[in-house]
Parts: sequence; structure tokens; C-alpha cells
Amino acid sequence: MNLTAIDWVIMFLYFAFVLGIGIFLKRFMKTSTDFFLAGRSLPAWVCGIAFMAANLGAVEVIGMGASGAKYGIATSHFYWIGAIPAMVFIGIFMMPFYYGSRARSVPEFLRLRFDEKTRALNAISFAVMTVFSSGISMYAMAKLIQVLHILDVPLAKMGLPTSWSFHLSVFISALIVLGYVFLGGLTSAIYNEVLQFFLIVAGFLPLVFLGLKNVGGWSGLKTQLPSAFTHSWQGMTNAQNNPLGVEWFGLVMGLGFTLSFGYWCTNFLVVQRAMAAGSMTDARRTPLIAAVPKMFFPALVILPGMIALALPTPQQAVTVNGVVQMQTVSNAGKGLIPVKIDVATGKPAVDREGRPVLDYDLAIPNMLLHYFPTGILGLGLTALMASFMSGMAGNVTAFNTVWTYDIYQAYIHKGASDKHYLHMGQFATVFGVLFSIGAAYTAARFNNLMDFLQLVFAFVNAPLFATFLLGMFWKRSTGHGAFSGLLCGTAAAALHHGLTLPRGDLVGIKGGWIAVVHNYPSEMAQNFWTAIWAFAVCFVITVGISLLTKPRDEKELVGLVYSLTEKPSEEHLSWYQRPAYLGGVVLVLALVLNIIFR
Amino acid sequence: MSLDIRYPIGWMFSLFGVILGLFGLFGDKHIYSRSLGVNINFDAGVGLLAFGIVMLLLAWRGSAKAKAKAGPEPDAKA
Repeated sequence: MNLTAIDWVIMFLYFAFVLGIGIFLKRFMKTSTDFFLAGRSLPAWVCGIAFMAANLGAVEVIGMGASGAKYGIATSHFYWIGAIPAMVFIGIFMMPFYYGSRARSVPEFLRLRFDEKTRALNAISFAVMTVFSSGISMYAMAKLIQVLHILDVPLAKMGLPTSWSFHLSVFISALIVLGYVFLGGLTSAIYNEVLQFFLIVAGFLPLVFLGLKNVGGWSGLKTQLPSAFTHSWQGMTNAQNNPLGVEWFGLVMGLGFTLSFGYWCTNFLVVQRAMAAGSMTDARRTPLIAAVPKMFFPALVILPGMIALALPTPQQAVTVNGVVQMQTVSNAGKGLIPVKIDVATGKPAVDREGRPVLDYDLAIPNMLLHYFPTGILGLGLTALMASFMSGMAGNVTAFNTVWTYDIYQAYIHKGASDKHYLHMGQFATVFGVLFSIGAAYTAARFNNLMDFLQLVFAFVNAPLFATFLLGMFWKRSTGHGAFSGLLCGTAAAALHHGLTLPRGDLVGIKGGWIAVVHNYPSEMAQNFWTAIWAFAVCFVITVGISLLTKPRDEKELVGLVYSLTEKPSEEHLSWYQRPAYLGGVVLVLALVLNIIFR
Repeated sequence: MSLDIRYPIGWMFSLFGVILGLFGLFGDKHIYSRSLGVNINFDAGVGLLAFGIVMLLLAWRGSAKAKAKAGPEPDAKA
């Protein structure tokens, strides 16, 4: 990696702007509402972009590029099926209760609607999850900086060993995120997410432009990749016939319904961005505005992954019988995607059939290095770092709010002054970041432990949407019902995972640890069906227990349940400002995209 | 909130645009073999600058509007 002064200037200017925003906002942080909810005063477009960008963590840019190289355009299902419908649903149907109830967090909504224990369960599991997610983001970023040797030259100049690259990356990213969240709270995090969003677009657009020019546009790409890679719905009638290894029902119900609604409609990380909006209409428009860039993001993150696969594999000159020929280097990988190197042995990793395993996560970084000369390379790398940081900051702001309002204020120290909670929030930002650093190092040392934890989080999250759906749309559902539904749903997810195994995997972390009664064609299919089972069990148990327990007084549920709440009035708005119309337009656009790339 | 986020976005992108644009114009041209012969620094620089200026214009228009809204009130009292 040969970075020159201009690349560093761009990177430092970006850091200066990010911290500058935090410093500027510090003077406005007077109450806890300012710090945790941005004073509920931000315009809809700002919240909308932040709603989308808060989710742009490590998983998004690197992971979606990797999936683009691995599965092709079918990865767009994670957007057009797995995000857009849920974003429209929360905007039109759920936001009136989140925003209208004046709850300050998602767990607090659960307390208003159900009871204390349901909130405690959600708050504690969510707080732990955010800390680990931000740690994983931090780890992924540090790892990437290490692999790309970005800090090697500066480290050598300072006389430090290159092995410090990891430590330095963790330290710097933690310090910057801590700095701007500590100073400016949620406002600062949201403003930076907007800045980062535009930066990511600016850094990736030239990459897509050059890549497409190289392969001869979309039509050129189509001729160089297998047909299933450029048709998102091809072979979806049968799990064996498509790269994802999922059939349409599992895809639509698992990804499109339970997983995506569970994430976009109940995760406080994103909901918090909408709660920061200045009015009910703005809060409802937030996810709808977010859905528009979300829809077109596959062009920026999936496409480079596909191009990386389509490009010719690097060759080197070899002399065969006295004639110089160009040959593909052994273990060169495919396209720009290198073979994964086993950390333990230092040799290329192979799967159980002896084929080399490709390191898809390097698809996007290698694209940047392949096309970008110094100058714009600085911009591209900064964009990559911005994506990691916005993911980290999103988790940190969600953590400090849930910790302060739903754990500290609820169970540790009730009835203190607002100033006290504001300071606690700043303090929580500090130890949230410290915990994240701990999680990043844990991930570096015990990879299996992290896989295990993420599995547990998946079990906890899987049933959530059933609880919210029943809570908001069925007035008869009760706290006991919700709580037992959540527990049983999580247990069902674990049980399903313990009884099934993706084909070709070993019993253990991938499943089948009780007994293997069913084999799924792919890990993705197993994940989707785990979510479907968890949702179904949570739904049935919540309904059953609710019918057996005492219902709550209807007067207490006004503003929390659909049938007992006045519909928000939209008469004074022109049609294009009304959430329902906006939602309809968004859905039609998503449908059109699905048809074009079917 | 009294910071319009369009200001910092506008300034940052304008600055990036000027830096990349000038570098593309006066810097070494040999480096563009990897970007298929496209002077990508200059092109991206122009795009960034244009976006930055649009953001700044929107922000100025926004604050002018806010001032116009806040302006007449003291007059009405007087």
C-alpha cells in the first residue's frame, strides 16, 4: 500500500470534521433529552439518512460486497425483500406508537405496553448486544487496516513494530467515536452518520464507475458471470438451484418477514434515529426516506463485489519449454478475490473437498486498491473507515441510552435529577466504548466465542417481532404472555438450531448439537427457518398465555395499541408529504427493481 | 438545534473537491494507468466540489428563510 501525503490529508481532514461537529454541539447538551434523543428536534431527511447509515457497519459494506462476490445479485434480497417492506411497515404502522407514546427507548415502550420484566429482558439483552456489535465493528476495522498495511509506513517511521497496527487502529477509532459521542450525544452521532453516508457514496461511486467501465457495463458483467449471479430470482423455486441455497418461501418468510421486521421494526439502534425527529409526521417519514437510498445501495456495495469476481485473475509470466506464457498463479483465487490464508498454518485454507476457500471479505478492499490511484484512494479508504465508525457510534448511542434510562434509572438509581442522568449518559459512553474495546480483543483472541455469542443474540432477536406485533395490534395481549412468548421463542430458536444442520457442515457451532433430524441445503436456509420457528412459537405462546391471564384496563392502553389510538391526522399535508403515499411509492419502486433484476 | 448539518457537509466536500481537483490537474499523470486512463482525481474532485457547493447553497437558503421567519416578529410588536 503506497499512500502519499494527499491520502493522509484527506483522512485527517475527515477526522477533524467529525470531532469538530462534536465540539460544536457540546454547548447544546443541556438536558438528558438533548443528549439521548437529540432534543427531538431534527428534520426528517437528517433522521432518515441516519436511520439508514447507523446500520452501515462492518456487516454492510464489507459483508455485502463479499456476498455480492459469493452469491451475485441475489444478495439484493437483503435490501429489496429484507429491508424495504419492514421500513415501510414501521413508518406507517408502528411509528405512531413509538413516537406517540413518548417512550424514550424501545425497552421503555415494552414497559408501557406490557410490564417491567419484559422491559428488563429486552433492555439487558440489547445492552449486551450493542457493546459486542460495536466491538466486532472495531475488530473488523482494525483487522482490515492490518491486512491492507495502511499503518505500516507511519509505524515504521515512529520506530514501532508493524504488529502494533491492530492496537493503534482500535485505539484511534475508539477515541474518535468516544470523542464525538461524548461531546454531542445522539445529535453528534446522527450528524456524523449523515456526513459518513455522503462520504461512502462519494468514495464508492467512482469505484463502481471504473469497475463497470472495465467489464463493459452491466451487459458486459452479465456475459462474464454465471446467469444465476445476475438474476436475483432465478432458481428460487428450489433451494438446490440458486446460489443462496434457499427456496422462495424460506426467503420471503424468513428473511423478508421475521428477520427483517424483527430488525428494522424493533431494534432501538435504528428506532432511536426516528425518535429524534421533530414531529410525529417527521418520525413516520424517517424510515420511508431511509428506504430510498437503501434501495439503491446494492449498486454501491454488491456491484463492486460482483465486478471483483468477474475481472481476470492476476497472471504472471512463466517460461514453458522456452516460450514465455502468461499463467494464472497457483492459489491466486478468483478474479480479485484471494484465497483465504489459514491463520494457524499460514497456508491457503481448503474446504472439506480440498478446494481452496476464497476470502470474499477482501473483494471491496482489493477493488479499491486495484482501481484507485493515490488521492482518491485516500477518499475511498476514508469512506471505508467512515462506514465502520458509523456502525460503532450507532451502537454506542443506543447503548448509553438503554443503559441510562432502562437499567440505571429503572433499577439502580431512581428519581435523580435530569442533570444526573445526563452525566450518567456521558459516563456510559466512556465505559460502553471501553467494553467495546474489550469485545474487540476478545474477538481477536477467541474467534469461536464470538461466533457463539452472535448465535445466542440471533436466538434472542428471532422472536421479538411477534411480541411487538401482538403488543401494538392486539389489545388483549398481556405482559405475562409477552414475557413467556419471548422466552419460549428464544428456546425454540435454540432447539431448532440444535436439531438441524446445513449440508456439509460439522456438528457444533453450525447446529445439530442435540441430534441431526433435518439437513438444510445452506446455512442461510437454516438461519431463515430458525427465525420462522422462533416467531411462530413466540406468537402462539403469547396468544395462549395472554388469553389465560388478566387483560389490562383499556384506558391504560390508549396510545399504545392500534384499535384504541386515534389515527394521526394527515389532512393538512399535501399528498407527497403523507407517510402512506410515500410508503406506497417506495414499495412500487422496490417492486420495479425486483422485476428489472429478476 | 442550531447547527445546520449542511454547512459542515458542504465545507468538507468542497475542500475535498478542491484538493483532489488540483492534485488531478497538476499532479503526476502516470498514476492513472490503474484507473483505466481516467484522471479520476480530477473528475471526482469536480463532482465533490459541485456537491459541496449545492449543500452550502441549500444551507444558506435555509438560514435566510429561518431569519425571514424570525425577523418580522419584533417589528410587529414595535
